Amino acid sequence: MGIIETKDLVYEYIRRDEEGNVEGITKAVDQVDLDIAPGEFIAILGHNGSGKSTLAKHLNAILTPTEGTVWVDGMDTAQEEKVWDIRREAGMVFQNPDNQIIGQVVEEDVGFGPENMGVPTREIWERVEESLKAVGMYKFRRHSPNKLSGGQKQRVSIAGVLAMHPKCIILDEPTAMLDPQGRREVVRAVRALNQVEEITVILITHYMEEIIYADRVYVMDRGKVAMEGTPREIFSQVEALKELRLDVPQATLLSYELQKRGVRLPDGILTKEELADALVALGPGS
Amino acid sequence: MAIILDHVNYVYGADTPLAVKALDDVCLQIPDGQFVGLIGHTGSGKSTLVQHLNGLLKTTSGHIYLDGEDISDRDYDRKKLRSRVGLVFQYPEHQLFEIDVFHDVCFGPKNLGLDKKEVQLRAFDALRRVGFPMELYDQSPFEISGGQKRRAAIAGVLAMKPEVLVLDEPTAGLDPQGRDEILHQIKELQESTGMTIILVSHSMEDVAEYVDRIIVMNQGRVMYDAVPKEVFSHYRELEEVGLAAPQVTYILHELRERGFDVDVTATTIEEAAETVARALGMSGK
Repeated sequence: MGIIETKDLVYEYIRRDEEGNVEGITKAVDQVDLDIAPGEFIAILGHNGSGKSTLAKHLNAILTPTEGTVWVDGMDTAQEEKVWDIRREAGMVFQNPDNQIIGQVVEEDVGFGPENMGVPTREIWERVEESLKAVGMYKFRRHSPNKLSGGQKQRVSIAGVLAMHPKCIILDEPTAMLDPQGRREVVRAVRALNQVEEITVILITHYMEEIIYADRVYVMDRGKVAMEGTPREIFSQVEALKELRLDVPQATLLSYELQKRGVRLPDGILTKEELADALVALGPGS
Repeated sequence: MAIILDHVNYVYGADTPLAVKALDDVCLQIPDGQFVGLIGHTGSGKSTLVQHLNGLLKTTSGHIYLDGEDISDRDYDRKKLRSRVGLVFQYPEHQLFEIDVFHDVCFGPKNLGLDKKEVQLRAFDALRRVGFPMELYDQSPFEISGGQKRRAAIAGVLAMKPEVLVLDEPTAGLDPQGRDEILHQIKELQESTGMTIILVSHSMEDVAEYVDRIIVMNQGRVMYDAVPKEVFSHYRELEEVGLAAPQVTYILHELRERGFDVDVTATTIEEAAETVARALGMSGK
């Protein structure tokens, strides 16, 4: 069984008018089946309102299904008594770093999670140290979070989740509010967690370049999984993605434009190196 | 409306031990009707700069002139200033509050003391200009999608009929198509009204595609001020200050290193495809 699995997952919002009468029902998530193996790097794409954040909130029991089932490490999220165990296994990082940091000092903030789990004091400090080192923020441990940049704050948020020793981290647009430098820092930290610490990563983002290293991509549309595959498989479908209000990395888009001009490039080029290799392979003047 | 910044300095917490110099001798001239991109990493001073333009902050020293008038003059009409320079903050949808979208857009012009008919005309016009769908005018602003909320909020500022529109990260958090739609509409707005537009952004691809000129801020100073091609040719220096060039720049440099005779100053996909096709001996389209 995978670390995260969903079966026929449906989530409905009930819309009400001002008097509280039911106006209608919106299916935010509609029959979604996921099967995520331990250690995988999964990306979820989808336009605003496609249901991806609602889906993500099911993966650590912030929301529970209207229909269907979600299992986190074999635990059914609908079982209320399992909620705390589930949240320890699957940690979540949100978009705005300022809404997630509560400590006065970086290391206190990171220690908050394990402290609440009743971890012995000495072990808390060990966990804080290793978590901050994993995201490259150890030298800032005595700083006030207020004085950090967006990228640094977001890495502290990730360390806070990491200190709870989760098997899985879900990141919901963690870079949306960051500058290019901050974005690079966060993406690097997330990849390191996946590759070095072998933590399962589920990354939700609007930046196509951030997911070219993912093992698998799910594309959401109107609450359903519209596409699933490796980044290469997904990004070879430039037109289909555009219809889903999405984009492709610029190397992919440039290759696509060149194909339209008659250059015989293969589909699914993701990086500048791949594009250069493919053009070199075509030979000069081809 | 032409803007001139003449040796502008701004210090946060002046005369305290925590004083921080946020703007350091900034001199700029922005002519009427220009579309300017303002970039810089977090803390580079770009937000401090735009807050000066409508008088939310006052210079510590130096002067700002709008159409030749010094806005820090004691008898300068600040209320008028705020309607002449419209500021759209980050995540402006957090400021929506009225019972429906139309009322929300009316709020600004209503406060200018205009009569009801003029207020409504302006609201209609502003909503139309941002491409807001008419069937949603009487929806609650809390029940529409993220992209539509963003449009409604921008319309609220447009309805004040500003001569300068400053947008702070207007596309943050939007999906790629929403991003393109909003920027496209802003460009159209600039072309059809001749409004001066200042776009604060972290997305180099967006800036490269739409603006006439880029101002790069670093540590409170103007680091570069030129057309996009010129600014992005300094991509290594930009990286050193936490920024980047559009990804096509990197792709083209990679190709140049591999021996392709491409023009590395292309900043949009379209231009890049042209130069690569030409380097391959294919004459463009």
